[in-house]
Amino acid sequence: MGEMKVTLCGIEMDNPIIPASGTFGYGYEFAELYDINCLGSFSFKGTTKDPRFGNPTPRIAECSAGMINAVGLQNPGVEKVISEELPRLKQCFHKPVMANVSGFSVEDYAYTCRMLDKEEQVGWLEVNVSCPNVHGGGMSFGTSPEAAATVTRAVKAVTKKPVIIKLSPNVTDIVSIAKACEEAGADGISLINTLLGMRIDLRTKKPVIANKMGGFSGSAIFPVAVRMVYQVAHAVGIPVVGMGGVTTAEDVIEMMLAGATAVEVGAANLVDPYACRDIVRDLPAVMEKYGIKSLSEIIGMA
Amino acid sequence: MKQGLFQIIENTRLTASVYRMRLVGDTSHITRPGQFVNVKLDGFYLRRPISVCDCQGDTLTLVYKVVGKGTEAMSKMTEGTLDILTGLGNGYDLSLSGDKPLLLGGGVGVPPLYLLAKELIGEGKDVTVILGFNTKDEIFYEEEFKEIGAKVLVATADGSYGVKGFVTDAMKDLSYTHFYTCGPEPMLRAVSKATVTSGQLSFEERMGCGFGACMGCSCKTLTGNKRICKEGPVMKKEEIIWEK
Repeated sequence: MGEMKVTLCGIEMDNPIIPASGTFGYGYEFAELYDINCLGSFSFKGTTKDPRFGNPTPRIAECSAGMINAVGLQNPGVEKVISEELPRLKQCFHKPVMANVSGFSVEDYAYTCRMLDKEEQVGWLEVNVSCPNVHGGGMSFGTSPEAAATVTRAVKAVTKKPVIIKLSPNVTDIVSIAKACEEAGADGISLINTLLGMRIDLRTKKPVIANKMGGFSGSAIFPVAVRMVYQVAHAVGIPVVGMGGVTTAEDVIEMMLAGATAVEVGAANLVDPYACRDIVRDLPAVMEKYGIKSLSEIIGMA
Repeated sequence: MKQGLFQIIENTRLTASVYRMRLVGDTSHITRPGQFVNVKLDGFYLRRPISVCDCQGDTLTLVYKVVGKGTEAMSKMTEGTLDILTGLGNGYDLSLSGDKPLLLGGGVGVPPLYLLAKELIGEGKDVTVILGFNTKDEIFYEEEFKEIGAKVLVATADGSYGVKGFVTDAMKDLSYTHFYTCGPEPMLRAVSKATVTSGQLSFEERMGCGFGACMGCSCKTLTGNKRICKEGPVMKKEEIIWEK
């Protein structure tokens, strides 16, 4: 059997598969279905300093080969995540977890990361400067190289854990933003977050989503994600985590050929709760089919 | 929750836009009336959440309305298998019914009340069901409820059959110990206001996953934030916050 192990920012993973933030909750719903320790890791629900209810409903719209969401970072706040969610998660997941963090100010990001830095379960901090569904935060930090670098520096100053900056595709030049994060000390880059999208209901003649716009994800966005991962991976020297429309083991290999060291799987989990388990299960056969002995050897080969 | 393949054995048109599909498969995770299933349809990205109308042995009955392209495609299926997630949502709590529960269903909110009525009658309860529709041509399941021994009242908004008006117009002189309802939100709001006892209401929302992972269908309640798909779709009257 081929070797599936990869090393992401100094932490070895059994395989590169990571369910993406916001599509896997804090893991329990999936742990009821299968042993989630088969995963490389997973990125838990985007966590902010204060509790958030998120946006009004409807928050979901269907698209061809994808969906739009405008959840708006609903989460119980970092204190409750640490006191309630992480201890529960410990019962069902025994590997380092990726802590996904968002904020509305540089201080917010630093506060939340400082709190999570103390948690042994947390392997990496994935800092989301790319949420399209909140105003005055999230994506506004990820659309300029300067702002992304400021957040990176602030977070790096409060943690010894590897910091991975999650970037938005809704920009003119993603490479310049990735480079700015690398120069500011980021240990890795993850991309892409969702593409800003919109649907309109023909019967009501109004947007389907209460927030009007939301983040487009699903298999439809895969080619855009592969392109951006390729561009960024060839421009920076730090590891890249690739995501965006990944649905199959073949998609994982394609993403790694583009330059991803690890691969996140998002919307696919919502349609098929076994998606990640099946990808991990299918990978060895697909590797054999394409003559791949070790996944770490194909990173950026394209 | 369980993912399973179900064989379609029947797909019958009940009214102009309402269909009944019967399927055979592993129904072991369907434990309460008021739960729903999430159906994968070829060519559509998201699953379709549909309430369980009946569940008898390995046979699952779904009564659904064609509201868009997905349910339209579903209405044309006569054979084959469907990938379905079962056992979703909390369902109705039968233990709170008292001796004389009142069930109120509006339009496509009627189906989940069928299994509920059947189980309450099985427990020896005196069940009255009020079915509300816009017009006579849209009525379905009146006879089915009568056959299982429920007292049935029908209300039509245009007065073409039964009581003229809404389900709340048909309940005026009734005495009951607890109520159960499912239907469009304006109806749930009216029922909540018109009823004098405790009760349980089943809500609807656009869903991403249907099993609690995406936070797409959250709502605020007096007992905290809830996911319609996971801690709902059934909420207690006392905990609901009616916005606006």
